[in-house]
Amino acid sequence: MHEMSLAGGILQVVEDAAARENFSRVKRLTLHAGALAGVELRALRFAIEAVAPGTCLEGAVLQIDEAPGQAWCMGCCATVPITSRTEDCPQCGGHRLQPTGGTELKVHELIVHED
Amino acid sequence: MCVVCGCANGGQGTTKLQDGPAVAANGDLHYGAGRAKVSVPGMSTERAIKLETDVLGANQRIATRNRHHFAAHSVHAYNLVSSPGSGKTTLLCATILALRARHPALPLAVIEGDQQTSHDADRIRATGAPAIQVNTGKGCHLDAQMVSDAFERLSLHADGHGPHRHHHDDHRDEVGALLFIENVGNLVCPAMWDLGERAKVAILSVTEGEDKPLKYPDMFAAAHLMVLNKIDLLPHLDFDVEKCIAYARRVNPGIEVVQLSARTGAGMEPWLQWLLQSEPAHA
Repeated sequence: MHEMSLAGGILQVVEDAAARENFSRVKRLTLHAGALAGVELRALRFAIEAVAPGTCLEGAVLQIDEAPGQAWCMGCCATVPITSRTEDCPQCGGHRLQPTGGTELKVHELIVHED
Repeated sequence: MCVVCGCANGGQGTTKLQDGPAVAANGDLHYGAGRAKVSVPGMSTERAIKLETDVLGANQRIATRNRHHFAAHSVHAYNLVSSPGSGKTTLLCATILALRARHPALPLAVIEGDQQTSHDADRIRATGAPAIQVNTGKGCHLDAQMVSDAFERLSLHADGHGPHRHHHDDHRDEVGALLFIENVGNLVCPAMWDLGERAKVAILSVTEGEDKPLKYPDMFAAAHLMVLNKIDLLPHLDFDVEKCIAYARRVNPGIEVVQLSARTGAGMEPWLQWLLQSEPAHA
């Protein structure tokens, strides 16, 4: 379950921001998770809730925005929407698709309490 | 630092009034000193911080450093990924013996990733090649820091250092040495962690079922080469090789394929040629 490692990475990003920006409590954490990022959102949510106690993420609301997947279809020579890597092109039904969007996992924004 | 104007005298010289502006040492008042740089009267103090930080960014930085480090030592590093039991270690042992016979002067080394035991590193060392075992404990994948730590302990690394000799400005691409990184047996998690390798190689044994590339698409999408292993068993199985390759190309149109049997040695030649090619593997 690599979501635990990802949760550790997210906590690291937030703690680095806390040291830099001088805050100790996060009210809301917003993540951008692409549909093709290889992340199981329920597992990620569970993992973040597991690592949060005792950190600046304790009590924070977790919002995960899922970015849609996009791919370049070599048959159509066009960008098409997909929801998984195994999907066919919605226009021509072809298999030759190269994902071009929705592969990222980012900490987008923090709303923090001013102490 | 002052968060509004960036001046350096913010820190100790700045005091903050309750729910009010920050007061700089020279008496200046900074309202909305939060990073969102907005002041809304009557609202409790919260601020928004835009980060847009890649969660895997820290690993990526170390992986990039590893990649430069490998290049500086003319080391071609390959990240071998598969499910448990695909025959990775047997393939590695056979590969090392074959390379030893053909290119006795080519330095080789292995970083072995497993949750527990040093069984695999012991098997590699029995071939005469140096190996470092990395036990991840509960971890399901190797990360770039583990590979960095392991590489520094390998003689491949020391070979390039007499006094520390890097060719950082000299981007030569001939194969000076081969480093095999055998990842934890797992077709899911290792796909996301770049280790600084030249290419990921996904090993799939024909006893596993031809639809594995569809079941674990992220891994086959991340790999440059799929090795179909244990082809000596094909006469006893219903495995459809063409279908498997078609499935792999469905998730990764550019993936290359080598069919071999580490046990009989069939197909080893194209595999060795692939490993020794001097052109960078395509992205």
